[in-house]
Amino acid sequence: MSILVIAEHDNSQLKPATLNTISAAQAIGGDITVLVAGGGCAGVADAAVKIAGVSKVLLADNAAYGHQLAENVAPLVAELAAGYSHVLAPATTTGKNLAPRVAALLDVQGISDISAVESADTFKRPIYAGNVIATVQSSDAIKVLTVRATAFDPVAAEGGSATLEAVGAAHDASNSAFVGEELAVSERPELTSARVVVSGGRGMGSSDNFQMLEKLADKLGAAVGASRAAVDAGFVPNDMQVGQTGKIVAPDLYIAVGISGAIQHLAGMKDSKVIVAINKDEEAPIFQVADYGLVADLFEALPELDNKL
Amino acid sequence: MKVLVAVKRVVDYNVKVRPKADGTGVELNNVKMSINPFCEIAVEEAVRLKEKGTVTEIVAVSIGPQQAQEQLRTALALGADRAILIKSDSDLEPLAVAKCLKAVCEQESPDLVLMGKQSIDGDNNQTGQMLGALTGYPQGTFASQVVVEGGKVNVTREIDGGLQTLALNLPAIVTTDLRLNEPRYASLPNIMKAKKKPLDTMTPEELGVDTAPRVTLLKVEAPAQRAAGIKVASVDELVEKLKNEAKVI
Ligand SMILES: Cc1cc2nc3c(=O)[nH]c(=O)nc-3n(C[C@H](O)[C@H](O)[C@H](O)COP(=O)(O)OP(=O)(O)OC[C@H]3O[C@@H](n4cnc5c(N)ncnc54)[C@H](O)[C@@H]3O)c2cc1C
Ligand SMILES: Nc1ncnc2c1ncn2[C@@H]1O[C@H](COP(=O)(O)O)[C@@H](O)[C@H]1O
Repeated sequence: MSILVIAEHDNSQLKPATLNTISAAQAIGGDITVLVAGGGCAGVADAAVKIAGVSKVLLADNAAYGHQLAENVAPLVAELAAGYSHVLAPATTTGKNLAPRVAALLDVQGISDISAVESADTFKRPIYAGNVIATVQSSDAIKVLTVRATAFDPVAAEGGSATLEAVGAAHDASNSAFVGEELAVSERPELTSARVVVSGGRGMGSSDNFQMLEKLADKLGAAVGASRAAVDAGFVPNDMQVGQTGKIVAPDLYIAVGISGAIQHLAGMKDSKVIVAINKDEEAPIFQVADYGLVADLFEALPELDNKL
Repeated sequence: MKVLVAVKRVVDYNVKVRPKADGTGVELNNVKMSINPFCEIAVEEAVRLKEKGTVTEIVAVSIGPQQAQEQLRTALALGADRAILIKSDSDLEPLAVAKCLKAVCEQESPDLVLMGKQSIDGDNNQTGQMLGALTGYPQGTFASQVVVEGGKVNVTREIDGGLQTLALNLPAIVTTDLRLNEPRYASLPNIMKAKKKPLDTMTPEELGVDTAPRVTLLKVEAPAQRAAGIKVASVDELVEKLKNEAKVI
């Protein structure tokens, strides 16, 4: 077996989800190659050669790949994929945007968001917002998979010594262009890899009130998340949404404040090790998954919690 | 400008789906079926573009059983002009669906294809991107804003780090995220009118699409259940438990 893992990066830094994806590749077993496609991304390839368990790094450094436009990167990956049994990408927005386009170019049916590897062709994945776990077997010659990062422990970022090879192939479909981006800047840990996550819902009432959660998060070294209702109401930006259609998190500690616990929200956090819920409605479904539930008005409980930590 | 909107019939998002006792599939007897919420957002966006005068015709397409007509009628009631049902009694994989949609694109030559980012049953998040590969059209996935101007569509995308805007040449594929718009409700007169709008039926075979599955469902099971938790009586007790019992702070 030979596995091609698509590295996730921003041209300067390798994103941690890559390490979880390589861990899934190891569970499949075989020779692991990492592709770093981007523009001005040689530094990322230098980091990738040090990852434990990687035998080769391919560097496709071309302006056309700089913003990870799927129209340009997918044909590159599809061309390279011919030499591999598996192509893996993290199930991030970048990976989900790219992998199916690669799969269709190869005329194979990709498998999204795998949460376990049963064998080289059989995988588990959550469906119906995580209410059901499906075990599926692929009959395609090349398996194109996206990997749920929280389900696989990351491999070590250091300790490896892969060979580095440049890939010349330039694909530029010239039918899409990058216009701009607004990226959230935060001093806090990244939501999907934080050890502690403090999330607020509609019950927070306003954007200003979220500052109470941020204060608490800073005390705990936590990331801040939110329910869809809180994002839709404009309390916080979209990149903070946790759930079926937002981010999947599985921290050691998840504190849900003013969140009712709809199945779509639970889909994104119920694999957390310890769940705390603070809600004034004792019937709220979030209490069914909470290890520790506190029935209280959050406007009293949060300041008190902040004081006592 | 002509828009194609792909709508899927799925289990309603309020239903808590359970695996069948024998693990061969999910329990679908007597559950409420609806239009996939993301597809509803796609229909709404098409209708808004028509109301603005950008779009002249909206064609809704669904691949599914005969009953998927109900979801197409919903799309027609919301403002689509006509509908196409590609009838298939087996549940098609995203690649097969994308191949059917590609065949429809060849017949209809749309300027824009609006789809959901994800079906809430299979949670695949693949079909739009696959259709992009098959047609060669550019893709704007997870859209929270869509602006058509000067032969291009500018799509603002919800990405992990925030928002990203791309300019795509038309024809293009856009898959919707939740915040693109808030779908309207169909009015009773529009529901009545929708019954008279044209709805064509065809089959994947007629379109020349091979729908043979590539992936076999071996088993479904319920996810691991969490052990029941406890209610704490006070913030003090919560802090004590987190420190001494769970040892997470
Ligand atoms: C297709 C689809 C996809 C979706 N994807 C997601 C997703 O990815 N993530 C997600 O989160 N949702 C998602 N949703 C939405 C989901 O169904 C719920 O509507 C949403 O999670 C509700 O958010 P909430 O719990 O903050 O709000 P509500 O359900 O309104 O709950 C607010 C809670 O706050 C409590 N509260 C209010 N005031 C106080 C107070 N002073 N003190 C203490 N408690 C208080 C209330 O008791 C209540 O339980 C999706 C929905 C659909 C249809
Ligand atoms: N059977 C289908 N009929 C019509 N559209 C579909 C079908 N399956 C998927 N789609 C479209 O593709 C989107 C993404 O679906 P999926 O890739 O299954 O998550 C949906 O929101 C629909 O717009």
